[in-house]
Amino acid sequence: MKELEYPFDSSLVLSKYKRLKRTLLEDGATRIKKKVAVLGGSTTHDIIRSMELFLLNYGIEPEFYESEYGQYWQDAMFPGPELSEFKPDIVYIHTSIRNITNAPDISDTTESASAKLDSEYEHFKVMWDKLYSLYDCPIIQDNFEYPSWRLLGNRDSYDHRGMVNFVSKLNLKFAEYAENHESFYISDVNYLSSCYGLDKWADTLYWHMYKYSLCFDAIPYLGFNVANIIKSIYGKNKKSLVLDMDNTLWGGIIGDDGVEGIEIGQETNLGQVYAEFQSYVKKQKDIGVILNVASKNEEENALAGLEHPDSILKKDDFIYIKANWEPKSENIKAIAQGMNILPDSMVFIDDNPMERDIVYTQVPGVQTPDIGKPENYIKVIDHAGFFEVTNLSEDDKKRSEMYKANLQREQAQNSFADYGEYLKSLDMHAVIKPFEELYYPRISQLTNKSNQFNLTTKRYTQDDIAKAATDTNNITLYGRLEDKFGDNGIVSLLVGHKDGNALHMDLWLMSCRVLKRDMEYAMMDSLVAECKKQGICEIYGYYYPTAKNKMVENFYGLQGFEKIAEDDGNTTWKFVITDDYVNKNNAIEVENNQ
Amino acid sequence: MTREELFEQLNEVFQDVFDDDSITVDETTTANDIDDWDSLEHINLINAVEQKFGIKFDMGQIVTMKNVGEMANIIASQLQ
Repeated sequence: MKELEYPFDSSLVLSKYKRLKRTLLEDGATRIKKKVAVLGGSTTHDIIRSMELFLLNYGIEPEFYESEYGQYWQDAMFPGPELSEFKPDIVYIHTSIRNITNAPDISDTTESASAKLDSEYEHFKVMWDKLYSLYDCPIIQDNFEYPSWRLLGNRDSYDHRGMVNFVSKLNLKFAEYAENHESFYISDVNYLSSCYGLDKWADTLYWHMYKYSLCFDAIPYLGFNVANIIKSIYGKNKKSLVLDMDNTLWGGIIGDDGVEGIEIGQETNLGQVYAEFQSYVKKQKDIGVILNVASKNEEENALAGLEHPDSILKKDDFIYIKANWEPKSENIKAIAQGMNILPDSMVFIDDNPMERDIVYTQVPGVQTPDIGKPENYIKVIDHAGFFEVTNLSEDDKKRSEMYKANLQREQAQNSFADYGEYLKSLDMHAVIKPFEELYYPRISQLTNKSNQFNLTTKRYTQDDIAKAATDTNNITLYGRLEDKFGDNGIVSLLVGHKDGNALHMDLWLMSCRVLKRDMEYAMMDSLVAECKKQGICEIYGYYYPTAKNKMVENFYGLQGFEKIAEDDGNTTWKFVITDDYVNKNNAIEVENNQ
Repeated sequence: MTREELFEQLNEVFQDVFDDDSITVDETTTANDIDDWDSLEHINLINAVEQKFGIKFDMGQIVTMKNVGEMANIIASQLQ
């Protein structure tokens, strides 16, 4: 919904809250449901409202628990029945500088100021530890904005008695806790308030009138910030940037101005702006964002632009370069199809509002931010939180190479008449083993990202994965696939729970980037082998339809299961393991657990 | 802006905030007259009004405003 896409009009988000919410709930979209406990050190009413709208817009339907005014700590430490029964999926703690009770004063020695810092930190740390032990779920914690006044002036920042100094140190301690705890996330209020302008952010009218720690107009930015963390945890980040070229990646029109006429590089002011933008885009690629081009150009010209000596982005940084005279909407659809991703995981970057509008209306789901003037491109894309990083796995950093290798596979495929021969030529090796701790982050990420090849669409946090993996009543398997073009990383997951001599599948998914490689059969073979080892003789598979997973509705049928029940689209399948089970995969060499 | 026009714009704000197109306010309307108008919605309302008219209420004004008529007086004085 445009009203909730960055850059949004923050004043409208809350004044039209009721209308926006109604419209979102009536749009017929399927959303995952999540329970969010908001524990506040000050008023949280409209913070929750903004979180709600942004989450709904991200495909997450939140149910909230709101602590009584200011009771964040008591609620965490001594939860009443309401919170205990609520069983949150996520806890968000909204606190601010107003909640700091051990502030330093002018009589403090270095030691006593340091002791105050420790006890302030302890106050929060015991709460986080307690929350983990109670709910074992992700925790999001606001860090602190700077104080609105500085008793010691500039000295406040480096003197142990200064509040600016105290807040900086406390924030660092929070950061350290976050670095050492999976599923603990900082909502960086310190940064947000700086961007917004601290004097406006901390307008004291809102504290003295309503006990809000920030001004009303800034509340949607905070709600948006927290919603971005949550949608990232649940795998709803965007995956790809699709970029226009002329006046987006460089100044000028390469078809008219020629490669020597475009503005890129250090020679001109505008050239510098585009160079900075290109290097930002390149860094996005390094954290796993897939880059593509959709540009109205002769392909030859487009490539010439990327070969410009000052162009930071090169041809090899992109997976698809669609430079032609087709409508961009068609090119974007083709890119989505080629990469096996859905349009709603793409962001289209174009300086031209007309082009953006056409793509927005023709390819539902693609985001088309109003990026403004070239000098603002980075800011808009960055603050929009498309690629909010809550987890950075090795696979993320290699993602672009993986897609590149996929393209090479496609090209190789065309040179083989027989598909089986082609698969053999790929020289595929898989490792299929029970979940290993090292891979928990990636495994959790996959359960939250995979929508199409996903039988139950069950989402797991990292903690859930740890639990599933260590429960001896479960069989878990991850599959990692490598071939001569590169390592695909972990691409398939299974979780089943035992019931007597039967296994019931809770999860079966595969990344679409390894479709038609027989990996699904290799997984089945390994599952059967594992079942035999553990004395299981029947496997029950479940398919729950969603808006996105139609491609696997007959998956179990293809694996040789028999459909035994059907209810409102949900189907149940049964497979009897026999002694003469013949492995279905011949193309991949598999290494299993010994 | 005439008083009538001012109230027309106020109506729009109230209709948005309470998501109810049937709401019309007059000089004597108070929180008691609108079901959802509680203290939390009041914050939203005040801000929506500020936004609509491009004005800012100070604390003293927010605290003493007794009905929509008084709100309109403050708006009118700031618009001059």
